[in-house]
Amino acid sequence: MQFDQILQYALSGLSSGAIYALIGIGFSIIYNATGIINFAQGEFVMLGGMLTLFFLQLLKAPIWVAIPCAVAASTLGGILFERLAIRPLRQPTPINLVIITIGGSILIRGLAMLLWGKDTHAIPSFSGDEPIAIGGATILPQHIWILGVTLIIIAINKYYFYHTISGKAMRACAYNRRAAGLVGIDVRRMVLFSFIISSAMGAVAGIIVAPLTMVAYDVGVMLGLKGFCAAIIGGMSSGIATVVGGLILGVLESLGAGLISSGYKDAIAFIILLLLLFFRPQGLFGKAESERV
Amino acid sequence: MLEVSGISQVFGGVIALDHVSFTIRKGDITGVIGPNGAGKTTLFNIMTGIYTRTAGTVLLEGTDVSGLPPERLARLGLVRTFQNIELFGGMTVHENVMVGMHTKSSSGLLACALKMPWNLVEERRIREKSLKWLEFVGIPELADVTAGNLPFGKGRLLEIARALAVEPKIILMDEPAAGLNNHETLGLSQLIKRIRDTGITVVLVEHDMELVMDICDRIVVLNLGKKLAEGTPREIQDNHEVIAAYLGEDE
Amino acid sequence: MKKELFKFGAFALFIMIMPLAFKGGYLMNVLIFVGINTMLSIALNLLLGYAGQISLGHAGFFGLGAYFSGVLTATYGWNAWVAMPLAAAVVGIMAYLIGFPILKLKGHYLAMATLGLGIIIYIVFNETVDLTGGPSGLSGIPNLAIGGITFDSDVKNYYLVWSFALATILFSLNLANSRIGRALRAVHDSEVAARVVGVNARLLKVQIFAVSALLSSLAGSLYAHTMTFISPASFGFNFSIELLTMVVIGGLGSIYGSFLGAALLTLLPEFLRAAHDYDIIIYGALLMVMVMFMPGGLVRGIPELYRKLLKMKRGSDHA
Repeated sequence: MQFDQILQYALSGLSSGAIYALIGIGFSIIYNATGIINFAQGEFVMLGGMLTLFFLQLLKAPIWVAIPCAVAASTLGGILFERLAIRPLRQPTPINLVIITIGGSILIRGLAMLLWGKDTHAIPSFSGDEPIAIGGATILPQHIWILGVTLIIIAINKYYFYHTISGKAMRACAYNRRAAGLVGIDVRRMVLFSFIISSAMGAVAGIIVAPLTMVAYDVGVMLGLKGFCAAIIGGMSSGIATVVGGLILGVLESLGAGLISSGYKDAIAFIILLLLLFFRPQGLFGKAESERV
Repeated sequence: MLEVSGISQVFGGVIALDHVSFTIRKGDITGVIGPNGAGKTTLFNIMTGIYTRTAGTVLLEGTDVSGLPPERLARLGLVRTFQNIELFGGMTVHENVMVGMHTKSSSGLLACALKMPWNLVEERRIREKSLKWLEFVGIPELADVTAGNLPFGKGRLLEIARALAVEPKIILMDEPAAGLNNHETLGLSQLIKRIRDTGITVVLVEHDMELVMDICDRIVVLNLGKKLAEGTPREIQDNHEVIAAYLGEDE
Repeated sequence: MKKELFKFGAFALFIMIMPLAFKGGYLMNVLIFVGINTMLSIALNLLLGYAGQISLGHAGFFGLGAYFSGVLTATYGWNAWVAMPLAAAVVGIMAYLIGFPILKLKGHYLAMATLGLGIIIYIVFNETVDLTGGPSGLSGIPNLAIGGITFDSDVKNYYLVWSFALATILFSLNLANSRIGRALRAVHDSEVAARVVGVNARLLKVQIFAVSALLSSLAGSLYAHTMTFISPASFGFNFSIELLTMVVIGGLGSIYGSFLGAALLTLLPEFLRAAHDYDIIIYGALLMVMVMFMPGGLVRGIPELYRKLLKMKRGSDHA
């Protein structure tokens, strides 16, 4: 087991980890604002990549136009989802919410399959495919894009949630919905905002990873689940904890796949998820909750 | 019957209960009163196995039951009712009481699924006995009504019937008069006396002073997490500290 | 009680004479699937509708039963009548053990955990190629046989599978109207109140989880022995969702509803042959529509709809 190999696995793990982090933050934002786990989160990731491809190919738009359009379109999808599926729910019990978000995710996936077929497609890398050497390992320019964009988004997130009124309002909702409502915060609008931010973030995540992993109608399922896993590790935080969670997951997964077995790569993430849910559902960094009756 | 010693409960930095001790005598109707925030509900939840206490013990007829979960306590003869009644809304009134007889029956999963003869016999017994409890609290005519559709006062009675079906030694009621009108409260005080007359010890947390002074044999007063006083209604009414804590009695 | 038995008797009779109406043919094969899916959806309903615990990984137990039975008989030559109950027992015990930690979780977390479990099982099926044949599947699984009769035709397998399915229905009906069934529904409605009157909620949930897994495993073994070929694709996340849809459509907590859901979701795709690829969209749309407009499922929703329409008609008659 050479150091170079391990470094290689670790680096590619960091890159996939960054993606999981972005998706995980999306889960956390919605969960914190609404108490809902949005099973359809992964589908927005898929839509980001798919729609970029759509704008690139069918509308022959240049990439720096296609990407914002794709993000906007995915966000629109997020708004529609919240309006049509979440808001009108008469009995928002956990079972119903789970079923409706699963139903929504299947619907979105099915529509994507109808529109774009079952094949995988490729999106060109943003700045070419010339490998860059680091230590004894190589990374691609796209990896740098991934890490860079992730950092930027996290910074924007931090700024929004801690230094803007609406961001603070959303955090207030997360801590105590009723109190937030009582001080004049429009809780329903916060719910909508949370979906907007999460679907936008998901779409961006999908776009920056697309050149490496291809896009297909069903990439959302696995990515969504792994993003959820990152959120669990981070204790459903919409900040650093989930980022660390995502990175840990990505690196462990990559090392496991490289050093133990690649066929079981996906299983690694789920085994980690199960272990966490069994033994430390509050994540590595959260505090254990006690129920008040 | 029930001995509470040195119960303390700390939540984060807040001391909700501070070394509370008192004794419940068998066959008594005991009231636990105190201003809001005194820690009554916390104490109750500890005594009924819903919270784990930070320190102290609870003895039921000499056996240490501190920290036991509610289902164990039920088998030892301790049940409770809830302030915001917790009914099985999707089931009928009759079925609610039948669930109360869970500890008085024993057919396992397989026996039920295969309808073993002893299960059929037991099932008939459960059905008949639970109707008797509905009669005892006065709502036999509502047996087939869906519990979720009951008006609050009737729901309260149902919850009591369900608790009685456990055939407990002691029943703890969390604000049973809350949400009841004067007429219903009167009916409740009769019911509680009847329950005591069957040999069951009763403990109630209550705000309704008239009810408490009327039916309780003994009263324990809590204030700010500490026990303030313990005694007969007369003694409590004459206790200056209690009066001061309340600044006049509330209804 | 008598009414329930009569209803069941009528249903069983209906099932038994079905083949006479169709005289064999392709539909027989589909009706076998309806039987298997009925067993599966009832198994899930016991957990979801009665005990109120979400599982998105039930296809995993189905697959475990299928592969366990399939491998023991096809590869190691065991007798199917030994392999099948053994598979069910092993899966049941596995579920019992994993039930304790997993059912401590609630709501979304439980959903995710069961989803993860189902996917891990699926991956294992795909990766243990030496044992299971991997993605290409496992073939040569023998039919079941009793005495001189081998269950090798569609009609014979129909009766075989439906005997088990009817037994499952009876088993579940009995359970639902019993002390245990009431305790389950109580835990679903208010776990704390159930515990306060002595119901060991935790143990009960684990027990029903194990029973649910056991029934699913049985269905899986039956599937293996009637199809004689199985592959991991049938036991993935998509099928878990299909099962969930069947239960939701039929009505949570309704045994006959589960049959209805299973029948609809198995038969409809056959009649909409051209729409094969669209089925995934239809499931998604169905799930959403049902939860939004008929959360009680068809079994409750249709009579309610009928009553509403009647009221509307009476209202307009008066106008």
